[in-house]
Amino acid sequence: MHKTIGQINERIRDGSARVVTAEEMPALVAELGEEGALREIDVVTTGTFGAMCSSGAFLNFGHAEPPIRMERIWLNNVEAYGGLAAVDTFIGATQQSDTLQEEYGGAHVIEDLVAKKTVELRASSHGTDCYPRRTLTTEIALENLNQAIMCNPRNAYQRYNAATNTTDHVLNTYMGTLLPGSGNITFSGSGLLNPISNDPKFRLIGSGVPIFLCGAPGIVVGEGTQHSPAGGFGTLMVTGDLKQMSQEYLRAATMTGYGVTMYVGLGIPLPVLDLDTVRATAIRDEDITVDIMDYGVPSRNRPSLRKVTYAELRSGTVELNGEEVRTSSLSSFRRARQVAGELKHWVESGKMTLALPTRPINATRQAKPMHQSKTSPRVLDIMDQRVVSIGEDEEITTAAKKLLKGETNHLPVINSKKMLVGIVTTFDISKAVANPGKAHLVKDIMKTKVITTVPDEAVDIAIQKLEKHNISALPVIDKESHVIGILTAMNLGKLVGGRWLK
Amino acid sequence: MKLLVTFSRGRGRKPIIAQAVRDTGVLINVERAVIDSSEGEALIEVPDEQCRLVSDTMTTLGAQVRILDHGVSLDESECVDCGVCISICPREVFSFDAEWKLRLDEEKCIVCGKCIDACPHRALSLPL
Repeated sequence: MHKTIGQINERIRDGSARVVTAEEMPALVAELGEEGALREIDVVTTGTFGAMCSSGAFLNFGHAEPPIRMERIWLNNVEAYGGLAAVDTFIGATQQSDTLQEEYGGAHVIEDLVAKKTVELRASSHGTDCYPRRTLTTEIALENLNQAIMCNPRNAYQRYNAATNTTDHVLNTYMGTLLPGSGNITFSGSGLLNPISNDPKFRLIGSGVPIFLCGAPGIVVGEGTQHSPAGGFGTLMVTGDLKQMSQEYLRAATMTGYGVTMYVGLGIPLPVLDLDTVRATAIRDEDITVDIMDYGVPSRNRPSLRKVTYAELRSGTVELNGEEVRTSSLSSFRRARQVAGELKHWVESGKMTLALPTRPINATRQAKPMHQSKTSPRVLDIMDQRVVSIGEDEEITTAAKKLLKGETNHLPVINSKKMLVGIVTTFDISKAVANPGKAHLVKDIMKTKVITTVPDEAVDIAIQKLEKHNISALPVIDKESHVIGILTAMNLGKLVGGRWLK
Repeated sequence: MKLLVTFSRGRGRKPIIAQAVRDTGVLINVERAVIDSSEGEALIEVPDEQCRLVSDTMTTLGAQVRILDHGVSLDESECVDCGVCISICPREVFSFDAEWKLRLDEEKCIVCGKCIDACPHRALSLPL
């Protein structure tokens, strides 16, 4: 048995369609059986509400008098794109305010517009014969715009890897605050309510399919950017009318230390056409697995610490290396439910009928990493290989002489096996000399907690270490902890005007 | 009852908390303390009926004492019930109810402030 989209829309129109949410579906399929569920249920609604950074809106302001060809555009001091002819712009959610930085951004401008607040538009131009005006400042509200069209390049991730942090310091990431020593695990996504997880083969979700977007009816444009369904990470590009949206389902947010993002509520109604649809929409949180990634590794290829299901993540704690670690969701399950519930109401009441894709979305694609024609500088390229080190059992005075002779401010300290065991700086030596006490040997005054780098580490990562720990040198060590170089703030000068900045 | 005790420069070396315990006989529970060379701050918990006694004793010993009636507060119009705060809080102040709505157990709060910046929606604030 199968049903057609025409039959389902017929039932929606005459008010007899049976609509359920994806959360209700697993139990219903267990109760009615697959055939029974296919017979009785016409539509399954999905929903998600979480941080979707790749979002924004096209705005059209109409022409000013005298007219201006807006080239640089700001909305409440947040810069918007000025390359769309005279009177259009695209405001991106993650663009940050020139004055308030991460506390206000494109997402806040969009939320303020939706909340019917006025926003200051500021623009400049070089002035042309047809557009003589050079500057413009005006207060605008959503109702003053001819069009305000949300268009989000990458939304509704099928699922998302969870995050933890094995380093000894707090990390501020787009996955929220990650406590040291795997002190917590954060995750995102609505699991069994996620639209794509209920249609992983993209049989029903594709171009032209009607959706719920931030409280307004919208449609799927097509596959989203970074769409990678081969690994279970499909995405969607979606659009909808900002003028009909609600603050309830659209919220600006700030991930401290990372920046601005926007919480988007998105749901897709799925027509129950056949047994394959029934099986796909019966998915449970237990069936959806992601990796817990270590965000302590500052690389594209972060190591996975273990696999975990949404059911485990949502339970509040996950076992990691024999310890119970608490979990936090970044997305809101409660609001995801509200999206699916509101959408259910829309379909039941005939406010939204369904459509099949006018063009399918590729279900097997794998997103590629960036093609990089030039390698970025590594520590090896700029480090000082003439490194002066000192033994831990040497006298402090010897260290002082070495510092003078070596014209350096940092002496890596090594043990008898030539392994790095500490570091002394000019400051440590001066302090020891100024306050003569019991300390005579280098090991009495050295700092044993040494922040180090390795030869093939990217210079940008090494710079972050210098900044984070407020230090000016990093010993470069090999796999056996032998000191093979030192990277100081001075070496960074090689980056400027050198071959790396050409 | 929770009391926020601040020690000013010079008084930091005096064992004010220990002295107060000995003088009053009240068992003080130190929930959080940050003390460095110039100043210090401690959040202590004492039984409600002995709160005044401890507060007066510590004030006499040179500390500033403030009774904390409230812990962290939640602005429900900003909160979206994501739950980011849940794993950040060292005292398990936050949890979900059966409907996945965020619940706040203010009694447990030690006013450490860790959740404030972690909240993506700026929905949490400390008492003034």
